[in-house]
Amino acid sequence: MGIIVSLGAVLAIMVVAWIGGSISGLQPIFGVLVPYAAFAVFLIGFCRKVVYWAKSPVPFRIPTTAGQEVSLPWIKWAKLDNPSTTAGVIGRMFLEIFCFRSLFRNTRADLRSGYLYYSPSKWLWLFAIGFHYAFLIIALRHLRLFVHPIPGFVETLDAVDGMFQIGIPPIYLTDLLFIGAVTALFCRRIFLSKVRFISLPADYFPLFLLLGIGITGLLMRFVFRVDIVSVKQLANGLASLHPTVPDNLGAIFFIHVALVSTLFAYFPFSKLMHMGGVFMSPTRNLANTNRMKRHENPWWTPPKFHTYEEYEDMYRDLMKEAGLPLERE
Amino acid sequence: MAKELTPQEMLRIDLSPPTQDWMDIPVEIKPGIYCYPAKPEKIEIVGMPNPHEWNPLDDDWNLPEGWKETFLEGMRERLDKHRSFKIFMDICVRCGACADKCHFFLGSGDPKNMPVVRGELIRSIYRGEFTKAGKILGRLAGGRKLTEEVLKEIWSYMFQCTECRRCSLFCPYGIDTAEITIIGRELLNLLGLNINWIQEPVANCYETGNHLGLLPHTFVQNIEFLLMDIEEFVGIKIEPSFNRKGAEILFITPSGDVFAEPGIYTLMGYLMIFEHIGLDYTWSTYACEGGNFGFFTSLEMAQRLNAKMYHEAERLGVKWILGGECGHMWRVVHQYMNTFNKPVPTMEEPVSPITGTKFENAKSLKMVHMSEFTADLIKHGKLNLDPSRNDHYKVTFHDSCNPSRGMGMFEEPRYIIKNVCNHFYEMPENTIREQTFCCGSGSGLNAGENMELRLRGGLPRANAAKYVHEKYGVNMLANVCAIDRAVLPASMEYWCPEMQVAGVSELVANALIMEGEGPRTMNLRGEEIPGRAPAEEESEGNEDV
Repeated sequence: MGIIVSLGAVLAIMVVAWIGGSISGLQPIFGVLVPYAAFAVFLIGFCRKVVYWAKSPVPFRIPTTAGQEVSLPWIKWAKLDNPSTTAGVIGRMFLEIFCFRSLFRNTRADLRSGYLYYSPSKWLWLFAIGFHYAFLIIALRHLRLFVHPIPGFVETLDAVDGMFQIGIPPIYLTDLLFIGAVTALFCRRIFLSKVRFISLPADYFPLFLLLGIGITGLLMRFVFRVDIVSVKQLANGLASLHPTVPDNLGAIFFIHVALVSTLFAYFPFSKLMHMGGVFMSPTRNLANTNRMKRHENPWWTPPKFHTYEEYEDMYRDLMKEAGLPLERE
Repeated sequence: MAKELTPQEMLRIDLSPPTQDWMDIPVEIKPGIYCYPAKPEKIEIVGMPNPHEWNPLDDDWNLPEGWKETFLEGMRERLDKHRSFKIFMDICVRCGACADKCHFFLGSGDPKNMPVVRGELIRSIYRGEFTKAGKILGRLAGGRKLTEEVLKEIWSYMFQCTECRRCSLFCPYGIDTAEITIIGRELLNLLGLNINWIQEPVANCYETGNHLGLLPHTFVQNIEFLLMDIEEFVGIKIEPSFNRKGAEILFITPSGDVFAEPGIYTLMGYLMIFEHIGLDYTWSTYACEGGNFGFFTSLEMAQRLNAKMYHEAERLGVKWILGGECGHMWRVVHQYMNTFNKPVPTMEEPVSPITGTKFENAKSLKMVHMSEFTADLIKHGKLNLDPSRNDHYKVTFHDSCNPSRGMGMFEEPRYIIKNVCNHFYEMPENTIREQTFCCGSGSGLNAGENMELRLRGGLPRANAAKYVHEKYGVNMLANVCAIDRAVLPASMEYWCPEMQVAGVSELVANALIMEGEGPRTMNLRGEEIPGRAPAEEESEGNEDV
């Protein structure tokens, strides 16, 4: 059910954008208003979510320790997997965010004739990291449309990404990687029974959205060749806050823009916020200094406990009989 | 209660979930899996809310009036108090990396025991009751309303999680199901829905200071019995002190080691090690519980029980506290105690009086783990050891969840074992250290009525133990946790009957050559050491570790 609803939603967005993009009077709405609104929702929504999280304190220091703690001087300490210094935490977070360290640990468990077997399983890591880096590079490459003159690093990215010169215009490696990785992530959800079991519409929807973005992007480049000068004109106008809508943009362009806009607007209200959340996860971004430094809890209240005096009052006779020292006879 | 299953029957586990949507699978509360409800009087002792009579098998749980508002209000309050909870409600992408990491899922195949679903049980309420999209779109946005049926499901699965954090290790965002379970159980406790196996120890611990409710004189007597055993098996008379002011160190260990096998042998080990090095320390009958079942109830209750440690340390005027081998005790001590309490000004940074080593990693909390302390003693040659006395044991080490993933103590116990035993073998790498598996009965789930759940949850650990048993003949599962010592014997008897269970300090004491000791033909269990009785024989050559 989740799959069909999500696919239907993405198709509906495409149809609306197709119709809207085909009617020249509506093009300013789909070419200017929608992207601006979506970007505003993204920025405001993202910030609000982060502030919403930040408003709750971190009352306890609860890192998941994934290696030997700092201990006696002759015991080798896992500085990155169980950091006790700020540098160590930065290192751990770097590995998490740029290398997907925890996901790289992944194993699969199989029960065969009464024995559990564990084997390394890097597919999820591979698809995930492939998708994220491809998406990042594609987004950066798009800066050539928005910024004038084109920054040097964007030119370099472009050259490296298209270095194999396959086809005319040359196909980008990241485009293939993006489509391949998103498809693989989608197939996991369909074909792996455990992942299918846990998947919600909110898991399929962004995948269809991304797939739609990728496919319309490729179509524009190779099939329905959109006039790149006009695209640049629109994008430059959007970026410089002087938007104009050239009249020779095809409907496929508006579909692409609508899907990207949907992604932006949907982002802050969805699981995609893991992008912000991963930086703030208390099991990863805290140093294991628990016994070295006192960690304050802002809502700390003194505990109401059974004091020694109450205990002695309760059991004085028994304690006396057992020869235990007493505060009061 | 439950039909007795043979290991072969128990092993018929299907790890492929059904094609049904999980929200459509009704909750089933089964004998053998669930624990008995908390008795109202045990809730009243500690003044927790809504004590009432109820039975998990009944349709009507006699829920207090306004239970739904109480639960949701409690949830709102905890979202405001814990950033972890808020973030973990928002950012799970359901990638499935955690799915097959949970011992309860691996042992039962129940798909709702996949950590991601355990989280989703609560996340669906968060979405359905707290977010706009979920309120409007309902299931389409992954949201559910809190109904009695949903509450029962949450109850069932919050008490099928041992808060071991193995899933959090593999989560790309560090989502910690233990954190969700801790808060989920807090919410259930607002409605008086605890299990008695947790609630009764909490009440006992609050009043008498220990889980079993041993009164002060009984606590002392129990230790005196063990002293008599030491005299018989080792030939050494030890006279420890209780509640003694002016001692340098206060020693606190889980009370489980005071009365039950094989924990008592670990406790005998402590007594012998301290005697051997002439430690100036005292026991306390007031702060006589290292374990903290309050932690399985609410963080507030954990704080109320934990407060006794510093309170007693201050009263007795000790410089620092030495803590025995225990799992969740050390999660609480290491990650929470320093925040739960204000510092005690009279205490000092811990220094080993025997070796002069400063325990820099504990300088603020002023509490040191027994294994840290012992490893340091051995490193400095302060223990006179004959590891060949443990030659009849082929030993492996079970890393307990809490000292592993909530502290990071891996090398100290291994260093100790390798110095006191000649035959040490590791279990497969995906089952030890930070990837270790729970015993299956942690976080207060070590009751009798849920034995099927315990055996299922214990399968991954037992399976790895069985592997080294068959491959190397390993017959001793060493550990540093009182719950391990209490529950692994049952799990091993079922899955790997040749395997015995021991605390690390028991193995140390077996090997310890004490001044004035007797012939040492028996170990601490009162069993003849093979090849040593009755006449002394030559010790066999040492094998590689």
